[in-house]
Amino acid sequence: MTVKELASLKEFKSVVLPEPKREICGVYIGDLLSWVMGRASSNDAWITIMSNVNVLAVASLADTSCIILAEGVTLENDIIETAEQKGINIISSDLSAYNIAVTIGKML
Amino acid sequence: MKELSLNILDIVENSVKAGASLTEILIDENEETLSLTIKDNGCGMTNEVLQTVTDPFYTTRTTRKVGLGLPLLKLECEMTGGNLTVTSKHINEFPNEHGTCVHAVFYKNHIDYTPLGDVIASITTLIQGHPDRDFLFSHKFEDKNVCLDTRELRTVLEDVPLDSFEVIKWIKEFLNEQYIT
Repeated sequence: MTVKELASLKEFKSVVLPEPKREICGVYIGDLLSWVMGRASSNDAWITIMSNVNVLAVASLADTSCIILAEGVTLENDIIETAEQKGINIISSDLSAYNIAVTIGKML
Repeated sequence: MKELSLNILDIVENSVKAGASLTEILIDENEETLSLTIKDNGCGMTNEVLQTVTDPFYTTRTTRKVGLGLPLLKLECEMTGGNLTVTSKHINEFPNEHGTCVHAVFYKNHIDYTPLGDVIASITTLIQGHPDRDFLFSHKFEDKNVCLDTRELRTVLEDVPLDSFEVIKWIKEFLNEQYIT
């Protein structure tokens, strides 16, 4: 499944998708950035509630296919602009991290 | 990071890379706050670099000179309601008193406060990894002041290197004793 396909589901909303064709091959859930940095795998969809600019750096280093903001978390506009420049996909959802993972899990 | 002591390791490595011969690691706790100061006499940073040290993209997308250390430390102290300040004097402008000072304040009663963790392990790891550099460690809390100065150790040890097994073991015990007594 590509990030664009995920974003098109009714429970999800595209925040910024500079690389819409990236494949989602797994899921990682975590909010402790230093922990996520070393453990999320390339092409994972990373589910978090953190909204600091550092999430972009972590997503970039771990090469995740997208960041999914859970529970309706929003980002400042300048962070969204940076994500666009750096080619980092961001999707948001009002669902909990668990329910997002379950939804994706059924489609993988 | 899971423990502040890991942040300390990370930040002090920056000091070592900046060529610091002496790095001071000062922790000062009261009932409400923990303040962490890491002060070195390394080459320092220009104002231009200083403006970008807490921007993770500057650091990850260029030569990775600084790393994510400062952005994460900033995030962690701000999550508790505290703050991070970084001041620096670059060697070109201040040939006689250059260096960088990182100062972070954490509010300990905040639910997102990260525990200090095994600070003795961090200090011994730093000394073991950089036996040619000096470190001054001080941790003040309650009525205690746990202290270690490798410059003092050096005068006593003379030619024995700081990273020899016996010395590291002694440092661990020396710090441990100060914490428990």
